[in-house]
Amino acid sequence: MTPGAAPRGGIWVATGVMTAALAIAPFVGVYPVFLMKALCFALFACAFNLLVGFGGLLSFGHAMFLGTAGYVCAHAAKIWGWPPELAILAGTLAATLLGVVAGALAIRRQGIYFAMITLALAQMMFFFYVQAPFTHGEDGIQAVPRGMLFGLLDLSETLIMYYVVLTIFVAAFLFICRIVNSPFGQVLQAIRENEPRAISLGYDAERYKLLAFVLSAALSGLAGSTKAIVFQLASLTDVHWTMSGEVVLMVLLGGMGTIFGPVVGAFAIIGLENYLSGFGQWVTVITGGIFVVCVLAFRRGIVGELGAWWAQRK
Amino acid sequence: MAADNILETRGLTKEFKGFVAVRDVSLVVRRGTIHALIGPNGAGKTTCFNLLTHFLTPTRGRIFFMGRDITGSRPAAIARLGLVRSFQISAVFPHLSVLENVRIALQRKRGHSYDFWRPAATLSVLDDRARELIDAVGLTDFTTKPAVELPYGRKRALEIATTLALDPEMMLLDEPTAGMAHDDVQRISELIKTVACNRTVLMVEHNLSVVSKLSDHITVLARGEILAQGDYAAVSKNPDVVQAYMGAGHG
Ligand SMILES: Nc1ncnc2c1ncn2[C@@H]1O[C@H](COP(=O)(O)OP(=O)(O)OP(=O)(O)O)[C@@H](O)[C@H]1O
Ligand SMILES: [Mg+2]
Repeated sequence: MTPGAAPRGGIWVATGVMTAALAIAPFVGVYPVFLMKALCFALFACAFNLLVGFGGLLSFGHAMFLGTAGYVCAHAAKIWGWPPELAILAGTLAATLLGVVAGALAIRRQGIYFAMITLALAQMMFFFYVQAPFTHGEDGIQAVPRGMLFGLLDLSETLIMYYVVLTIFVAAFLFICRIVNSPFGQVLQAIRENEPRAISLGYDAERYKLLAFVLSAALSGLAGSTKAIVFQLASLTDVHWTMSGEVVLMVLLGGMGTIFGPVVGAFAIIGLENYLSGFGQWVTVITGGIFVVCVLAFRRGIVGELGAWWAQRK
Repeated sequence: MAADNILETRGLTKEFKGFVAVRDVSLVVRRGTIHALIGPNGAGKTTCFNLLTHFLTPTRGRIFFMGRDITGSRPAAIARLGLVRSFQISAVFPHLSVLENVRIALQRKRGHSYDFWRPAATLSVLDDRARELIDAVGLTDFTTKPAVELPYGRKRALEIATTLALDPEMMLLDEPTAGMAHDDVQRISELIKTVACNRTVLMVEHNLSVVSKLSDHITVLARGEILAQGDYAAVSKNPDVVQAYMGAGHG
């Protein structure tokens, strides 16, 4: 699947349908807390997909952006008493800066080496957070106040919080669609398809990849900050390497390099974890099994396979 | 360096782990000419192109382009100076349409390529120019097709159109007619002749009839070294050249 192959008009219609469905979901019996969790992960997965699906760079350390933003946002809201909009902004900025540094170190490497460097950097961040006093180690930063958004909206009201999360998600989703279909997105696709040729046309491939990396880090940070406000918690789970793995799983399951794949993948995985939560440790085994089946049976992911089927039918 | 020499190398050498692929090559290309670089397989022609465009770093030697030392410049920067290469294996963006392929090159000249917040529709101002270039290489009927669906000869034509979109001072063509049917060879030779009228072309080519028809000057490379230079008549009579080609199994 390539972004160029996706019908533009179709994307607008589908985005509208998705937004409408999410807007009414709490009224047809879906728990808002589940929806908010799934939306935070969907945003994280979309941000990750921007890098891997459209930039061709497989990072194995994206948890560092999610988790860093969560810690900074939670700290700003709880200790400094910042309003939620500023706390979210602070978390997102922290992830962006980390993205600049990590990207500058990793972007020159290709393939598996790129994945390994991002993993190594994420592990370094993890051990830093284990040691740093402000994170409160195993306990995490708890009881983060949700506060009043712009001094107007009381986020402790679950439904208000939900619609704020939905707004953030849809805005970020549209922003990603725009990035993919922008002059920059065109160059990014050209680099992914034939990097030497793009260089021979005068494009500094590494700078374009770095920009994609930073944008992906920033959007992952937005997901992490939002998640910290929603769950009033920032913990080591979000910086752990298993989180980096989970987002890979979501994107692969949904369909790498498709616009909607990561959303579908995130809802599927979070839904499954929710549904199977009674099975304890077995959840990991079951999601692992799904992963294997997915990779073996439909390599393009759910949305990717649907898209291919649709294209063949015509 | 004389002003009418657009490209000059001095003592250019590339070693791969003890194996010397290019040895002490001092090449001079005059502005406005079609210069052919020929030689048997493995002579080091493609390696030379890789060195000139800094896709490989020379072990020794210097490269001057339009009077400027470009030995240490980054590949993308060299392209922006106007020295643009093609590849031995056709290089297109397979899942972009023919129009988008050409537009990518036009877009680089125009700038704004880091703009991730603008819609791609802003690029449509480049469509007219792109279509002109596509017409010029005879791909009009393929404009909206993905590049991957073009027959081989057409891909090479697309590659040339994309390179031309940058309006480069100098083009490096690596075997532009390799693997083509007779008609395509004809078309591409014509095209090279046309586009060379106001720029310099350095091309690697195995098809000697194409070389004899197009080139003003020929450099023969064998085992990494310059074996002979001159026009086609002189070079083809050179006993060393005949020997080198026979030895490598060419006719
Ligand atoms: N990256 C590399 N590492 C090691 N050896 C290399 C490398 N690139 C090229 N060579 C060797 O250098 C020699 C010259 O190769 P090059 O590709 O430049 O030849 P060529 O003249 O373009 O040949 P052809 O006509 O077959 O395209 C060959 O023996 C090749 O095996
Ligand atoms: Mg070659």
